[in-house]
Amino acid sequence: MSIEEHPGRTETRHDVRVTVNGVPRTATVPARRLLSDFLRHDLALTGTHVGCEHGVCGACTVLVDGRPIRSCLQFAVMHDGAEITTVEGCTRPDGELGPVQRAFRDCHGLQCGFCTPGFVTTITAYLDEHPRPSATEAREAISGNLCRCTGYQSIVDSVLRAAEIRSDQGDGRGETPQ
Amino acid sequence: MKPSAFAYHRPGTVDEAVATLAGVGDDGKVLAGGQSLVPMLNMRLAAPAHLVDVNRVDGLDEVRVVDDGAGASVRVGAAARHTDVEHDAEVAAVLPLLRQALEHVAHPTIRNRGTTVGSLVHADPAAELNAVLALLGGSVTLRSTTGSRVVNASELVTGPMQTCLRPDELATEAAFPVPQGHTGTAWTEVSRRAGDYAVCGVGVLVTVDDELRVRSARAAYVSMGPVPEVLDLTEPVAGIAAGGARPDEWAAAGRLATARLEPDDDIHATAAYRGHLAGVLTARAARAAAERAVARAGDTTGAST
Repeated sequence: MSIEEHPGRTETRHDVRVTVNGVPRTATVPARRLLSDFLRHDLALTGTHVGCEHGVCGACTVLVDGRPIRSCLQFAVMHDGAEITTVEGCTRPDGELGPVQRAFRDCHGLQCGFCTPGFVTTITAYLDEHPRPSATEAREAISGNLCRCTGYQSIVDSVLRAAEIRSDQGDGRGETPQ
Repeated sequence: MKPSAFAYHRPGTVDEAVATLAGVGDDGKVLAGGQSLVPMLNMRLAAPAHLVDVNRVDGLDEVRVVDDGAGASVRVGAAARHTDVEHDAEVAAVLPLLRQALEHVAHPTIRNRGTTVGSLVHADPAAELNAVLALLGGSVTLRSTTGSRVVNASELVTGPMQTCLRPDELATEAAFPVPQGHTGTAWTEVSRRAGDYAVCGVGVLVTVDDELRVRSARAAYVSMGPVPEVLDLTEPVAGIAAGGARPDEWAAAGRLATARLEPDDDIHATAAYRGHLAGVLTARAARAAAERAVARAGDTTGAST
């Protein structure tokens, strides 16, 4: 799956070992491979979406060591050894939808779905730190992610609904893979 | 939207990092958080042949409050994230302005990777931290293979996105001095959307005397010129009751700001609108800072009795 380099061009390749959604993964890539492309092209985890590729839209947001970051603004080689959670890792251990994903379904938090992976990862991390947000706080929490379909109201509702689901299930942390 | 090829270096110590920078010369760039650099690389506005990743350099990720006899300061290492500074309880207690300003730096997701020192040496005219450093009279430590120097905020930034750093120098630490006396601070800004660059942003530092009257007031601005603008606002507000002044008393400070600043037009706002914002925001921030100065003076008095 790795992208062929331009013929005649020699670029040093680096071994990158990461744990993605609890699974150890390795690939050998040039230094300029963006973390977003590393996940999608080299590890075939296409849940992470690439929108603007300059850090504005938030679609590529993944969790590195528990913190949400823009994967299009990082090189994979910088994160050798990191623990990464992508939208594929925001499910329950049995493969059913996780609390944030369920909330998006319940509240119609998506239409085309392109931006959704970035929202799910961002909100998952946010609710770990802020388990009972107000509507205003929920709106602030998603202010770094762009959605061109929903008008955001249903996504704000989804944040609040996800908080409810998590609190009904205990703190909900057990559903995020290590 | 993919960066061009570069050689990747990952030094483990400051000595290794500066030796690498010295070796690669003009064609190298330091990579820390990457939140400004990587977009420029992706869009190929920049294409350095070498990137020196300082994220794993020993000791550079520290955030400390230091009191070395010359007064306390908050020291932020080159690999410390905005988030680490923002959420440090000790920093928030001694220098609340850092958190007040950092809350306006892009979004939490960006602050999780972006570094405070990286922002300072990127020197964007809209960068809150450069204005904070200028307002407090802070400094940045620059290291190279030939030694180390400390440059003040006013010397650091020489123009929009331009600094006095040489290509072989690494900014290792920023020092934000804790102001003396009964002080209060506030940061306020207007941007077109939450997290966008400010159209106008202002940080204010107000000092009050034991009678809780304004002794001095100073402000620093972003997006109001090519470099952070620092204004002394003391004259129109000196001696007023910091806790109970009327809005029109603070408006005098705003009028001074509007008169002194010389912002430019751009696609986001006219110069006249920026000047208007500076007036309104200065008055608002000065009032909030003064009220906090009164509250902190009360805390200090209470603690000492």
